[in-house]
This record gives sequence, C-alpha cells and structure tokens, in this order.
Amino acid sequence: MSVTEGKFENKAERKLSKEQERLKKVKDAQKVKDRIISVFIGFFAIAWLFPIVWTFYSSLRPYKEIRAGGVLSFPKVLNFDNYTSAISRMELPTYFFNTALITLPAVFLILLLGSLMAFVVTRYSFRANVALLLLFTAGNLLPPQLVFIPVFKMYLALGDLVGDRRFLYDSPLGVILIHVAFQMGFATFVLSSYMKTIPKEISESALVDGASVFTHFFRVMLPLLRPPLASLGVLMTTWIYNDFFWALVLMSTDSKRPITSALGRLTGEFVTDYNLLAAGAMIAALPTMVVFFVLRKQFVSGLTLGATKG
Amino acid sequence: MKSSTTLDPVLQKLPKAKRRRSFSKRDRLTLGIFIGIPTFLHVALVWFPAAATIYLSFTYWTGIHIGDIQWAGLANYENIFFNTPIFWDALRVNVVWLIWFGAIATPLGILLAYQIDREIRGSKFYQAAYYLPVVLSLAVIGVIWNFLLRPDGLVNGLLGLEISEAVSFFGDDRYNIWVILTMASWRHIGYIMLLYLAGLKAVDASLREAASIDGATEWQSFRKVVFPTMKPVNVIVIVITIIESLRAFDLIYIIYGSSGGLPILGVLVFQNIAGEGASMKGAAYAVILFLLSIVPIIAYLRAQFKEDMK
Repeated sequence: MSVTEGKFENKAERKLSKEQERLKKVKDAQKVKDRIISVFIGFFAIAWLFPIVWTFYSSLRPYKEIRAGGVLSFPKVLNFDNYTSAISRMELPTYFFNTALITLPAVFLILLLGSLMAFVVTRYSFRANVALLLLFTAGNLLPPQLVFIPVFKMYLALGDLVGDRRFLYDSPLGVILIHVAFQMGFATFVLSSYMKTIPKEISESALVDGASVFTHFFRVMLPLLRPPLASLGVLMTTWIYNDFFWALVLMSTDSKRPITSALGRLTGEFVTDYNLLAAGAMIAALPTMVVFFVLRKQFVSGLTLGATKG
Repeated sequence: MKSSTTLDPVLQKLPKAKRRRSFSKRDRLTLGIFIGIPTFLHVALVWFPAAATIYLSFTYWTGIHIGDIQWAGLANYENIFFNTPIFWDALRVNVVWLIWFGAIATPLGILLAYQIDREIRGSKFYQAAYYLPVVLSLAVIGVIWNFLLRPDGLVNGLLGLEISEAVSFFGDDRYNIWVILTMASWRHIGYIMLLYLAGLKAVDASLREAASIDGATEWQSFRKVVFPTMKPVNVIVIVITIIESLRAFDLIYIIYGSSGGLPILGVLVFQNIAGEGASMKGAAYAVILFLLSIVPIIAYLRAQFKEDMK
C-alpha cells in the first residue's frame, strides 16, 4: 500500500518538477529579454531627456563664452547669473502674476460648474440629461479656431455695451470665460462618469432625510468628489498654464499676457542672448515640472479619468 | 454612511413611485441655477459662435457692422479650393503629419507602454522621462529645440559647420517638415504611452502570463490577448492621433510666427481669422478644419456614449 502510494507520489512529483522546469526556462528567457529591452528603452529615455538637460546646461553658461568658443567649448563659467538677469530683464514676475490671475479663477470655475452640471445630470433623471452631457462633451472637442471670430466680435460688442472696450477683450476675464466654457465640457464628462460609480443609495438617503438640492450637492456629493476634483484640478492647471492660443488672440497688451504667450515675444526680443532666453524658458517650465513631479499620481489619473471610463 | 444603513430597509419598503418626491419651489430654482449657468456659458461661448462661424463662412463681411454682412454662397470655399494653391500644400503637410503620427509615433508610444507595463527594471524612471515633454508648454519646447538646431546650436556644432555654412533646419524645405515632426513626436509619443499604460493597468496581468506560459510570442499575446481588451483606449488613441495631426498649430506658430514657414491648416486658419488678414475666408477655413475632424469626434462620442444611447 505504502509502496504503491510512494510510487504514485513520485510520479506526480516528477511530472510537477518537469512542468516547473519548463516554466523556469520560460521565465529565465523572459528575464534575459526584459534586461535587453530595459537597456534599449533606457538608452532612448536618456536621449529623450537630452534636449531639456542640454538647455539647462546652456542656461548656466554665459552666451559670450559660446560666441567665443562655440557650443562644444569646455565651460569655464557655470552659474545662475542668467536666471537672476532673466527674472529682472524679462519681467518674469509680472507674467507669472498674469498667469495666476487667469489660471486660478478659471480652474476654480471649471471644477465648480463642471461638478454642478455632472451632479444634476447623473443624480436627477430628467429627459434632457444625456443630450446635455453629449452637448458638453462634443463642445469640448470643437476646434478653438471655429469659435474665435464670433467670440472676438461678441467680446468687443459687450465691452461697448458696458462702456469699457477692454471689459472682456484684452482682459483676463475674457480669457478665463473662454477657458471655462471649453474645459467645462471635459470636466462635466469626467465627473459624471465618476459620479455614476457612487452608489445611488447615498443620494436616496439624503433625499429621505429631507435635504434640499443645495444641501444634497454641497454636503453630500461634493465631499465624495475630492479624488477626481484633485486630479482634474492638476490637469486643468497645466493645460491652462500651457495654453497660448487664447491669450494670443484675445489679448493685445503684452504686459497683460500670461508667461507662455509672453515667451514667444521674448524669443524675438532676446534673440541676441540665447542663453538668457534658455534661463527664461527653464523658469517658465518650472511650475509644470514641479506639479508633474510632486503630483504625478493626480496628473496621470486626471488624464486617464477621461480616457478610461469609470 | 450611518444614515444610509438605518434607512435602507425603509427605502426598500417604499414603493418606487413614492420614493421620487416632487421638488419644492426652492429646489426647482436651485436645479435651474445649477444647470442654467454652465449651459448658458457653454452654449453662448462655444455652440453659438460655432454656428455663427458656419453661417459667416457663406458670407462676405469686413467684420465691423453687422448690417454689412452679404450673402456670398460658396464663393469663399471656391476661392480656397480653386484659387489658393497654398491650401493644398497645407493639406498635404497635414496628411504627411497624420501618416507619420499614425504609422510611427503612435505605434512607438504603444510599444513603449507595452514594455514599460511589464515593470522592467527602471520602469518608473522611464515613464517619467518619456512623459516629461508632455507637461512642457510648446513655447518652452520651441526654445529647447532651437538650442539644438540653431545655426550656432549643438547639431551644427557636432557637424563641424560654421555659422555661415550651417544647415538651416527650420528654413530649409528639405528638412523642416521632418524636424517639426520629430519635435511633435517627442511630445506625442509620451502622451500616447501614458494613455495606453493606464489602459494596460486595467488588463488582467494573469491573462498575459497565461499566454506567455502557453508559449505565445510577444507579438501574438499582444495582438490576440491585450489589443482586443483595450478597445476603449484604442478608440481614444486613434481619435487623439487624428485630431492632433489635423489641428497642429502651436508648435509651428512658436517657430515661425504667423508668417508660416511651413504651410499647415492650423496656421492658415489663424492667418485668416486673426489680425489684419481677417476675412470670412478664414471662417471657411475654420469650417473645413472642423469638417475634417468631425469623423473622429463622432467616433469618440459613439464609443463614450454607447450605453447611454440604449
């Protein structure tokens, strides 16, 4: 009895170990392959970063040195002088302030109005809900050039109406409103897909408790929306910070423009001192890079909230 | 949470019709404001101007008095199709752009995502490296690449060319489109990689493992196992590839300004709707741009709203 059993076990074990051996071979082959792929991808990753690193390196050198010895000359001076003079000569603080003046209110309004819209569309069953959601999502995808001419004329006309031509045109308010109108579509879409995953019972219990619509939104739903709002907020901030189309066409006074639009003009103005410009560009890139490294998780999930539904 | 658990049995006992209460006057007002403000803003600044541009593309208008608008029929379109050879040049550049993105940049992004997803060594770093260009503003990207490609930049320095005989990468028609496409891909590949990576995270890892144990090659397991389960992300990646290729504007504008060293639709629209060259031909250009991107927009909406439509 015990002999036959032992034999049987042995056979099974051998079979098992054979299987394990085969698996191990597959895994080992995979490991070698992975190592090669890793080296390959790593090589390209460094190539990917190279333009940024090179610009940073150049921004630490005075332009004079490059004029004298060429780009490949060995650096004699490496310091942050270009940075301090970029900040003062390019008036970067002014442009940063302009950017904040546009970006912060725009992001706040996009999140508030987008979540209001998503709330009504997902929590109350009106007949027009799907149509409204479709309208908002599709509107977000229209090319900005398609709406520019009438928006421009409307801004001027409204300005005349209130007696101040620069009420919307050439004012931060006008740029904020167009960003809000466009990006609200995206925010609504993303937030509504998130809200669909929140159990209906939570809303129902609020309604049974006799909560008003106002309380239902601000006390019950809004606190639950914190994760997607954080992600969307990070994503929208980078988008609006980086946009320059609207600031370019809806503003005419240079000193009012945000930093990214201003950089285009500064490129022409400081073409004689390119290393100073590099320092300016690095400073302009700093906020988005910091956001990316500190809040990468939020950034990535914000981007993919819209991409992978639910 | 507490209230929902205590109320659940009560809720279940209530007949469905009674659960939906009628709204009080105040609630109706709140709901009206919640939907009203976002909808008004969105329609007034996105849909109404879009419709107005479509109408204006069939008119002659100097853009000053509304009374001066004259019906032009298809004249603006005829002008573009038959008397503006640069339109066809621009369209060709857009098509080359689309083919490059579709055949090279997007597949490379997907390939990167697929490899990085296996958590090969250093995958966190690679992810960050490839994604970094995406968070940079195009204005900054313009400065960065100029550093490599200027007459006294790194590439000409490495080629050993003096400024007088340097290759003009942006000015020379033989190179400029490929240089621009390289710059655009630098951003696009990281963007696609990230979107795809997020989708891959949702694919059950054991599926891939099972396929590889069964002796499937990499390519087989990607094509037969991973790709089919990624359908929603695939749609988004295709839509983004097409829309970005058709609407390319910022990068060209940053390098050439509104003069347009490389003809492309986005810049043609810009030249004709903003500044001194503004005319209703610009509106017609914008409509053409819109019509070209309508197919991917509809594909996207269909993919996103499939369940809601039922």
